[in-house]
Amino acid sequence: MAKMTLEELRKLRDSKKKELNKRDVADKNIQIIVGMGTCGIAAGAKETLDAFLQELDEKKLTEKVMVTQTGCMGLCYVEPTVEVIMPDMPDVIYGKVDAEVARKIVRKHIQGKALVNDHIYDRPAADIVE
Amino acid sequence: MAFTNYILVCGGTGCESSKSDQIFKNLIAECEAQGLKDTVQVVKTGCFGFCEQGPIVKILPEDSFYVRVSPEDAKELISEHIVKGREVKRLLYNRDESKKRARVEDIEFYQKQFRIVLRNCGVINPENIDEYIARDGYKALERALFDMKPEDIINELKAAGLRGRGGAGFPTWMKWNFTKQAAGDVKYIVCNADEGDPGAYMDRSTLEGDPHSIIEAMTIAGIAVGANQGYIYIRAEYPLAIKRLQIAMEQSRGYGLLGKDILGSGFDFDIEIRLGAGAFVCGEETALLASIEGERGMPKPRPPFPATKGLWGCPTVINNVETWANVPVIISRGGDWFAKIGTEDSKGTKVFALTGKIRNSGLVEVPMGTTLREIVYDIGGGIPGNKAFKAVQTGGPSGGVITADYLDTPIDYSQLQKLGSIMGSGGMIVMDEDDCIVDVAKFYLGFTVEESCGKCAPCRVGGRTLYNILDRITKGEGEMEDIEKLKTIGKAMQKASLCGLGQTSPNPVMSTLHYFGDEYKAHIKDKRCPAGKCKPLISYHILADKCIGCGVCARKCPVHAINGERRQLHEIDHDICIKCGECYKACKFDAVYVR
Repeated sequence: MAKMTLEELRKLRDSKKKELNKRDVADKNIQIIVGMGTCGIAAGAKETLDAFLQELDEKKLTEKVMVTQTGCMGLCYVEPTVEVIMPDMPDVIYGKVDAEVARKIVRKHIQGKALVNDHIYDRPAADIVE
Repeated sequence: MAFTNYILVCGGTGCESSKSDQIFKNLIAECEAQGLKDTVQVVKTGCFGFCEQGPIVKILPEDSFYVRVSPEDAKELISEHIVKGREVKRLLYNRDESKKRARVEDIEFYQKQFRIVLRNCGVINPENIDEYIARDGYKALERALFDMKPEDIINELKAAGLRGRGGAGFPTWMKWNFTKQAAGDVKYIVCNADEGDPGAYMDRSTLEGDPHSIIEAMTIAGIAVGANQGYIYIRAEYPLAIKRLQIAMEQSRGYGLLGKDILGSGFDFDIEIRLGAGAFVCGEETALLASIEGERGMPKPRPPFPATKGLWGCPTVINNVETWANVPVIISRGGDWFAKIGTEDSKGTKVFALTGKIRNSGLVEVPMGTTLREIVYDIGGGIPGNKAFKAVQTGGPSGGVITADYLDTPIDYSQLQKLGSIMGSGGMIVMDEDDCIVDVAKFYLGFTVEESCGKCAPCRVGGRTLYNILDRITKGEGEMEDIEKLKTIGKAMQKASLCGLGQTSPNPVMSTLHYFGDEYKAHIKDKRCPAGKCKPLISYHILADKCIGCGVCARKCPVHAINGERRQLHEIDHDICIKCGECYKACKFDAVYVR
C-alpha cells in the first residue's frame, strides 16, 4: 500500500465499487442459471460456467447479469443445460451448451436479444422457434 | 476469475462466541476441498444485528439468510447450496414451507429499520479498507479536505440537527463550534467508546463492523476544529473491536488517509487508542479525559466544559461512537438529507440494543419517532411464551421504565424525558409479568453503587442507602415511610451529585415508584411480591382440586419438603421449603402456584 492522492483514491473507489456491487443482486434483472447436477458437471458445465463469467466480464455485463447454479434440470440428455431469464425475452432453456455456445448466448441472446435457435430445448412455445 | 457466490459470515462478538470463526474456517476449507476456491468468496463481516438468531451466514446472490448455523453445517451449505443450487431449508430463517422464502428485506426484524449508523455492518469485511472505500468510504473526508471550509462542515452538522447519541443529546455542531472558537494551538478529538450500560452493545458492534467510519469522522472533526490528534478511549473488554480498529488505522495510514499530509492536502491527523480498565464512570466525559491523561478516572465539576478546556487543558471535542458514525454520512449526503429523517426535535436514527424478554433480541436501528410498540412487537416479535408486557427499561441504569400505557409514544429525546426516562445510550430491556419491578430497580442500583467512584458523598452514601432500603423491601422488611425516604434521597442525589452517574442513578427507583407504586406497596404492606420473584415474600402451595397425587413434585423437591400418599393431595412443608420453584416447574397439572 502506498500513500494515495485524491485521484488515486477516487479511482480505487470506482474499481472496488464494481467489485462489491457484484455481490448485490438488486439491479441485476438478467439471470443465467447453469445446471450443475452430477450429469451437468460430467458433461462439462464447469467450463460452461467459466465461459459465461469470462464473456460477461469481457463484454462488461457483470453489473446486469447474475450467474447462478442449480441442480439437474431434468434434461440430462442434452447437458450442460442453461436457463436464461431476462426482460423482453421469453424464458429459455438451452441444451448442449459448451463454452463456445455459452459465449454465443451472451452475444446473441443477452446483447442481441435474439434466440440461439439450434440449442433451444425447452420453455418457449414452439412457434417462437424458427 | 469472477466469483459466482459470496458467503457473508457474521464476525461480531456475539456470533464469534457461538463459533462463527470456526464456521468461517470450515466454509473456506470446504470450498477448497470442492474446488470452488475461485468461484466462491467467503467474507467475514460485522454484526448483522439479528443476534437472537446467530451465528448468521448470508449467501449472495440468492440472498439466503441462514441462521443458527453451526460449524458442522459448512459442508452441507457448500455441497447443497453452492454446488447443487438447493437452499438448505432447515437453516433458513423462514422455515415455513408453504411461504415463499423470505428475502432479507422481507424479514420483519429488518422491515422497519433504517440503517445509517449500521450501514456497513454485516455488509463489508471490516478488516478490508477497500470494501469500506467501495461503499463511499472516505468520500466525506475528500469533501471536508478539498471542497469545504471548516465552518461549512459545522454548518452541515447544524443543518443535519445531529444530537449526541451518548445519551444527553447535546447538539453536536455546537460542541464542535465551541472547540473551533476556543483559543489555543493544540486541540484534541476524542471518541468515547467506553460503553458500559448493562445490555447495551451498539458501540461495540459499530466499531467491530465498521471501524473506518469512526476514523473518517474523527479526521473530519480534526479539520473542522483545527486538531491534529485524536484518541479513541475504549474498554479493554472489547478485544475484537480494538483489534479491528488497529487494523483499520494501519490500513488508512498506509493509504495516506490518516497521518501526515492526508491525501496530499497538507493536513495532518492521527489517532491513538487508549484502553480503559472498564469502569462505568469513565464513560462520563471528564472522568474519561482524566483516565486518558493517566489519572484516576474521576469526574470534575463542569464548567469548564471539555469543549473549551479538556484534555491536558486544551479544547477537546468528545463524542460517542454512534454520534461519530453519523458524521461521514451527513458530510457526504448533506445535512438536509439527514434532517428529513426523524422527528422535529430529534433528527436521524437511533440504534437500540433490544434485550430481555423479547423474541428477536438484537441491534435495531430505527428512525427517531418510531413507537415503542413498533420496536417491541413489529421488530422485536413480542414477548416469548405469550406472557404479558410489563415495561421497558430505556437508557440503562440512568434511565427509567416505560409502561404498556405508553407503548405508542414516538421515541425521541423529549418524549422519553416527558415519561421520566431518557434515551441514554440506547439500551432497551424488555420486562414481562414475571419480572418484579422492585427487584429490577435494585438490580440497576446495585450496578451503579458498585461503579460509583466514591468521590462525592451524595452518590457514595446516597446510592448505598437507597440500595439497602430496596433490599429490605424485597425481603419483606420494608415500612411505609421507606417510600418517602427513597424519594427524598433520590432527589438529593439528583441535585447534589458531581457527575451524571450519581445524578441519574436514582432514576430507575424514581421512575418505578411513579409507575409501579402499588407494587412497592404490595411488598411493604401485604408482604407480597406480585411477580412472584422476591423469595422471602413468596411461598409455594398446592391446589387441592388440581393435584392428582402423581408425586412428581415430591420426587423433584431437593429438600424433601413435599409429602403425600399416592393419588392423594400432596402438601408442602413451609419450614423445610427453600422456594427453589422446582415443584412449580415439574407439575404438569398447574396444581402448584406461587403466592
